Amino acid sequence: MSHPEPDHFAFDADSNAQIEKIVARYPEGKQASAVIPLLYIAQKQMGRATGSAWVPRVAMDAVAERLSMPPIRVYEVATFYFMFNTKPIGRFHLQVCGTTPCWLRGSDDVLRACKDAGHLKGYGDTSQDGLFTLSEVECLGACVNAPILAVDDDFYEDLDYDRTVALIEALRRGERPQPGSTIGRQTSAPEGGPLVLHDVPAAGE
Amino acid sequence: MAKVTVDGIEVEVPNGATVLQACEAAGKEIPRFCYHERLSIAGNCRMCLVEVERAPKPVASCAYPVADGMKVFTDTPVVRNARRGVMEFLLINHPLDCPICDQGGECDLQDQAMGYGMDHSRYREEKRVVKDKYVGPLIKTIMTRCIQCTRCVRFAAEVAGTPELGGTNRGENMEIGTYVEKALTSELSGNLIDICPVGALTSRPYAFVSRPWELRKTDSIDVQDAVGTAIRVDSRGPEVMRILPRVNEAVNEEWMADRGRFSFDGLKRKRLDRPWVRRDGKLAPATWAEAFAAIAKKLEGLPGDRIGAIAGDLVDAESVLALKDLMAAYGSANLDCRQDGAAIDASRGDWFRFNSGIAGIDEADALLIIGSDVRREAPVLNARIRKRWSLGKLKVGVVGPKTDFTYPVKVLGEGPETLTALLAGQGFAEVLKDAQRPMVILGRGAIARPDGAAVLATAWQIAEAVGALKPDWHGFNMLHHFGGQVGALELGFVPGQGGKALGAMMGGNIDALWLLGADGFDPARIGAETFVIYQGHHGDRAAARADVILPGAAYTEKDATYVNTEGRAQQAFLAIHPPGEAREDWRILRAYSEGVGKTLPYDSLAQLRARLAQAAPCFATLDAIPASGCTDMTAPASNVALGSAPFVAALPSYHLADTIARASEVMAECASIYGGAAPRLAAE
Repeated sequence: MSHPEPDHFAFDADSNAQIEKIVARYPEGKQASAVIPLLYIAQKQMGRATGSAWVPRVAMDAVAERLSMPPIRVYEVATFYFMFNTKPIGRFHLQVCGTTPCWLRGSDDVLRACKDAGHLKGYGDTSQDGLFTLSEVECLGACVNAPILAVDDDFYEDLDYDRTVALIEALRRGERPQPGSTIGRQTSAPEGGPLVLHDVPAAGE
Repeated sequence: MAKVTVDGIEVEVPNGATVLQACEAAGKEIPRFCYHERLSIAGNCRMCLVEVERAPKPVASCAYPVADGMKVFTDTPVVRNARRGVMEFLLINHPLDCPICDQGGECDLQDQAMGYGMDHSRYREEKRVVKDKYVGPLIKTIMTRCIQCTRCVRFAAEVAGTPELGGTNRGENMEIGTYVEKALTSELSGNLIDICPVGALTSRPYAFVSRPWELRKTDSIDVQDAVGTAIRVDSRGPEVMRILPRVNEAVNEEWMADRGRFSFDGLKRKRLDRPWVRRDGKLAPATWAEAFAAIAKKLEGLPGDRIGAIAGDLVDAESVLALKDLMAAYGSANLDCRQDGAAIDASRGDWFRFNSGIAGIDEADALLIIGSDVRREAPVLNARIRKRWSLGKLKVGVVGPKTDFTYPVKVLGEGPETLTALLAGQGFAEVLKDAQRPMVILGRGAIARPDGAAVLATAWQIAEAVGALKPDWHGFNMLHHFGGQVGALELGFVPGQGGKALGAMMGGNIDALWLLGADGFDPARIGAETFVIYQGHHGDRAAARADVILPGAAYTEKDATYVNTEGRAQQAFLAIHPPGEAREDWRILRAYSEGVGKTLPYDSLAQLRARLAQAAPCFATLDAIPASGCTDMTAPASNVALGSAPFVAALPSYHLADTIARASEVMAECASIYGGAAPRLAAE
């Protein structure tokens, strides 16, 4: 492995509280089913503790031990899903959706904005200041508000070049803009507000 | 039962069988890579596609259950095209380096590509390359050749019980490996080579050594543990090139332990290839005549009770009988084959046999293991217990050191006091009592101690008390360590009337001691004045003490009979000739006996075998075990009391347990890598 691995990982109190709840969802003897949520908790904890949300090998071992499963079964799961970072990443994980609807709606601009504003060379790169890591992801399932940039777990929608740059600058300043549409769209309603069902009488009218 | 028609042939198969099994029942060969009848079904290689009537597309027969009245077609244009397509995809990333691949000539992919492959590739893009993994000193990996059938992953997890292999990453980047580099900890790892359908996992010691068609194949029996694994010795000229398991459902199914498979390079090293005689305190090369003369001179005129003989762990039944007869001719009853000092009472066969039979494990529903590290003493047998456990409802209790058996066990205690509690009907005894077919496995190591006779008697009494001894089920089992031990016991190679046991022969209590491959005890215990004759194949510690060395043949170098722990007599055949002037052991004894006027009454192997069949019933019918069931419940006698020392592992180092392994460089490397440290407990 080309990156430094921590030699120790233990779940903290926050994580342990969540784990207890999750493991209890599964019948006795089927605890291994909780492997995905536990990996996610481990990744979150790493984010809290080090500012880089990734799952080191020792964390996978901790998950295996907690769920009484062979470590290799955890490695298999953790390496299968790209949502688990097996290498250290930046403080903010910029995930550009490049699937067809987003691409048609200008995801190339979003990508360009990420590169310019985040000082990133391309997909897989982490910026020098350790703030941003750029990834390409497949459809995030919010095509109505394409194009989309997912920052960690938050979706920023209806982006264009300028708004993406503004978003990244805000992140750099330590702000966390409100997730969702960046043009004030109400959920997935048409731009500028609803076009139909204006005249539905309110209940009781 | 379901009636299925395969290519017009009607067969009946059990409900729940797969289409592939139905096709096999109809005698149709279905190509496959991922399917293996002893592993779970993965269904990922897609090579076994067949057409089923009214199914819209070809189905993977290995993972498709049969239905009554189903019509299956295994050789239609659709099927052939589908398989050709699968083969083309498999070959896209396969390197096609057959000329430098050790699997070449015995490769499933190579064979099936002859049937379904194209003569050229349409693929013009870059092939993927996978970095080779280190998985230990026995297995060489060339992972670019891997077709990701996951047989190895399933074998490691299911049969071996050491889930260390897995498929990491995804899609194009998926790789088989351990993720974190480590040597596999299984004692059955060599089987990964056999089940790998391509050349991704090959034998490291056998790398670039030979092609399968150059090898002469000889059926034999693995003597390096007491399971009696059926093996095939592949030799070229005067050398053993490799050893592979054969199928024997009743014994080893198709698996084999690593020590038997990989320690054969020890057959070429430290060999005794000529007679030696000690002159003026130093061993000097001699001729057979000189060696015989030296022995005859010493033995002549000695009273019978001053002569003794000890048989080793890897000896064949023929030579044991010949030595016994020779000792009888000298009037000596000082015989012993229990080098470890195990308090075995050889007067009744079922007191020292694995009476339930190895196949009997499949029927057991509760198991008590006493003082045996089954995993390291008999890895293949342990896999059988694991297989039984994985089918469910097998409770295993262990009295002895806590180790990883590869299946969950309840450790009841570590010493004999736990046996007393069990005999009193406490704790796990209830589980055994409730079982229909309870089994007790007593490790030979547990009785190789001062209170051994008491442990043996107590173990038998526990078996009796929990109802393991029934007319139709014999649940008392002793697990021996090596392939020559039971044969010698069957032949009664133990002290006769007034004879001395091994301990009593030590320290100068006899004047001449004939060691037949006996390397299992410290030769310093032999009295300084005792004249020692060592007859065997390896120059180990006992040979260094000898006054006369008679070079014998190893198990690959003679036609011989071995008895496994069940009491199953099996014949091994000569694969290569013994080196130099070494000879088959029974012939040495026969030749010597003639020279001293005590000619043994057999001139040929056939005559000797006829005498064997008379001497012990198990030699009369080969490859069969004595009738199961116990009618006489008399326990073996004991005149000692149970001690308090906890049971310890009988074989300190798995890889260096016998004289052939101790001469093997491969095993030495394994021992240095795996050391004495117990592998990490499998979390399961």
